[in-house]
Amino acid sequence: MRRLSVLMVIAFSLARAGEPRISVSYTRFTLPNGLDVILHEDHTVPLVAVNLCYRVGSANEKPGRTGFAHLFEHIMFMGSKDVPVGKFDQWLEAAGGDNNASTTDDRTDYYEDAPSNALALPLFLESDRMGFLLDSMTEAKVNAQRDVVKNERRETIENVPYGLAPILIDENLYPPDHPYHWPTIGSMADLSAASYSDVVQFFRTYYVPGNASLVIAGDIDPVQAKAAVQYWFSDVGRGAPVPPQPVPVAHLTAEKRVVHEDRVELPRLYMAWNTPAEFTPGDAELDLLAIVLAGGKTSRLYRRLVYDLQIAQDVSAAQVSARMGSEFWIVVTARSGHTLTEIAHIVQEELNKVKNDPPSRRELERAVNQYEASFLDRLENIGTTANLLNTYFRLTGNPDYFNEDLARYKAVDPCDVQAMAGTWLPDDSRVVLSVVPNGKRDLAAAKEAR
Amino acid sequence: MVEKRSRTPHRPCSHSLLILAALATLLAPVLRAQPDRTAPPRPGPPPALRLPPIQHYRLSNGTNVVLLERHSVPIVQINLLVRAGTSMDPAGKGGLASITAAMLTEGAGPRGALEFADAVDYLGAQIAASAGLYTTTVALHAPLSKLDSGLVLLADLVRRPTFLAGELARVRNERLTTILQFRDDPDILASLIFKRTLYGEHPYGAPSMGDAASLASMTVDDLRIFHAAYFVPANTTIIVVGDITGGEFMPKLEKAFGEWGGEAVSPPPVPPVPQKREKTLVLVDRPGAAQSVIRIGRIAAARLTDDYYAIVVMNALLGGPFTSRLNMNLREAHGYSYGASSQFDFLPLPGPFVAAASVQTLVTDKALTEFVNELRGILDPVPDADLERVKNYLALGYTGGFQSVAQIASQLEELAIYGLPDDYFNGYIGRILAVTKSDVERVAHRYINTDDLAFIVVGDRKEIGDRVTALNLAPAKFLTIDDVLGLAPEGGK
Repeated sequence: MRRLSVLMVIAFSLARAGEPRISVSYTRFTLPNGLDVILHEDHTVPLVAVNLCYRVGSANEKPGRTGFAHLFEHIMFMGSKDVPVGKFDQWLEAAGGDNNASTTDDRTDYYEDAPSNALALPLFLESDRMGFLLDSMTEAKVNAQRDVVKNERRETIENVPYGLAPILIDENLYPPDHPYHWPTIGSMADLSAASYSDVVQFFRTYYVPGNASLVIAGDIDPVQAKAAVQYWFSDVGRGAPVPPQPVPVAHLTAEKRVVHEDRVELPRLYMAWNTPAEFTPGDAELDLLAIVLAGGKTSRLYRRLVYDLQIAQDVSAAQVSARMGSEFWIVVTARSGHTLTEIAHIVQEELNKVKNDPPSRRELERAVNQYEASFLDRLENIGTTANLLNTYFRLTGNPDYFNEDLARYKAVDPCDVQAMAGTWLPDDSRVVLSVVPNGKRDLAAAKEAR
Repeated sequence: MVEKRSRTPHRPCSHSLLILAALATLLAPVLRAQPDRTAPPRPGPPPALRLPPIQHYRLSNGTNVVLLERHSVPIVQINLLVRAGTSMDPAGKGGLASITAAMLTEGAGPRGALEFADAVDYLGAQIAASAGLYTTTVALHAPLSKLDSGLVLLADLVRRPTFLAGELARVRNERLTTILQFRDDPDILASLIFKRTLYGEHPYGAPSMGDAASLASMTVDDLRIFHAAYFVPANTTIIVVGDITGGEFMPKLEKAFGEWGGEAVSPPPVPPVPQKREKTLVLVDRPGAAQSVIRIGRIAAARLTDDYYAIVVMNALLGGPFTSRLNMNLREAHGYSYGASSQFDFLPLPGPFVAAASVQTLVTDKALTEFVNELRGILDPVPDADLERVKNYLALGYTGGFQSVAQIASQLEELAIYGLPDDYFNGYIGRILAVTKSDVERVAHRYINTDDLAFIVVGDRKEIGDRVTALNLAPAKFLTIDDVLGLAPEGGK
């Protein structure tokens, strides 16, 4: 076992001259029950970050049970066989630790940050609920978190200006049987319908060690950390294999125009397209295109709409990457007295320009430089690093994909950006959503003759 | 992404470099042994670790420099802290400090607004300026390889902003639109009316951005005079954190800022905070709202009070981390909310204490009752186990605030603003652990007085008005959004 510590000499290495190379060292092993484990040693601060990723999310939900993967995430904090309800948080806090969890379409993450002397505690807590959640599960626990989650939906969507827009976009961007069609937070009716037996079935299907990967990063001795993982997870049973999930391709065949009235002062335009999945060809080009269009004051849309014409309050663009397929978004809030038709016209002009001519070399370099700098920032926080190791492992099989990820951006040529804009942002297959003030449908983006 | 809880648990914003390094003292378990799950594993003792010393320098023009080396990642953070804040806004010119800060990035030295933005973005750096009540922070965050170029831009921005009238007109319109958009956001409405209810016309009660009238009156001369008066070396501390050494970096800083001149003008004194306080309840009507946004509080404590550590511990029990009483009651026990919390905003003069949550409309009155129960409950002696847990949470979890260069720089800002000693961080854990049960009881009685609370509710008056009034918490006042923000300008509706 001494061998391991030799492999993990430096937290990460970065050449000070010439081509920078970002590399995060790690060791990886798989437990007999199928749990993949990745260890990363970094003694900058005496903290450990534990990130446990289950490959399950709202994309795995059944019709009539939308929001269940996320509700289940909440239920995971309601105690397990050896952890009475409430103790998960109490014990961690008493050790100086924090925790949280997050659910997306494809993934549910549980994470703890703790002083490194307390590493055993999160391992005990995570192994207990991975192995023995159902031993203490009750109907009442499910009901308690159902109310919390409904309030989460009210607080993060219904009581937020423009809060329903992302849900409306996904409803229109994906056909009803596509797993990205429904929102991760779920509908109120489906949250009401979730039952105790759903919890049992979901846990047995997806919360098995072979469907999870555990990253421990920070101030660890890898030999001891490995022993601790082996100890705490040794009695977690293997469970049944997870059923394979088909990956459907989403592709619109028409432009869909949607108008939604909201309690807002200003109309906001959303354009969205189906684009290539995370880490597949086109993904990095579209990330860079988002910066060319709307990253900073000199970006094309910001400069025209906000700076020069001053008909918009803000613009943003993003390639929102995900496992089964991504989305490219452009979002513009109009200033008072301006319609979304006016805004959409300018956006269309700028889209046409970037499809007809490549961006300048400086525009592209500016975007790449911003990406390169952001890679350094990601290494400052041990929890962020742990999350990235798990993300890279899940999507590429290589936890230390940092350099390959950055290389994707550095390899992009201006013509690639132009080509991807032409291929993936067509005018005749996209969602154009107008969110307008109540009673002001005349402000929505009207279809123009082109 | 949808998360377990809505917020990062509150930790006090100043901390230390003394921290627990940690040998993995935990168990050395026998491989393959059946794990002992009968009790949670006990952490080993947290050994102390000291971060590098805080270095002090002075440029030839008198500018103070505080520097801390952090060599783990090749990036650097420079926070240039200027004693120029919104509490110095002249009468009728509310928002001047804020818009002056914003205008620094709209053209400086030889570059116009677009050229300046292009230069910063091309470096992959970030430059931002924003004004608080007493200080403006101009922050540069840059990869080490781009630091020298970034420093030139930072110096231009601080020393040679151009404040062009055309750019001011644009930024003013942007801000007027932002104020219009405040009408959409119940959290912002609640915060604005909470401040105003507590502090009235005092600078602590004013919106930092000003209002439509004060923005309309703003000229580039106002900005130039404000900048010339306060943006001077004697008013400035430059905080540098990152992958540099004092020896190699100080000559560069001297070159960028050493010849910067100007005489400091004394800021007008900030008047004392209001003394006379009355219980009050304000309901801002938002028809059809899915939730009611609640803020409850009062004017509480100044940053340099001797009660500081006891207050931090007491607040953590009441509304800090996940297991705090407000969250356990309103979220976990009753399911009224996605999360409830409280905090003390520590300022040079007594700042506000506030307890907050968004609750489902139909249970607004019940939620208010539970808030009051918890605010009364914290006046009773706290159980030893709860006190231990929360002190350990604050003391042991302390390291988390020192991970990034930006975090460390903002910790150092607090030292500079309040004149705290360099060993302040080292003493922090000990001072938290020294807080006693009677300290907590004393500060609860002193600062969570339930006789003069302000209750703010932003929600659907038709649904909640009668039941909330029936609680008889305080004399009720009913406002509309127009009462809070003034009428929306034509064209905005």
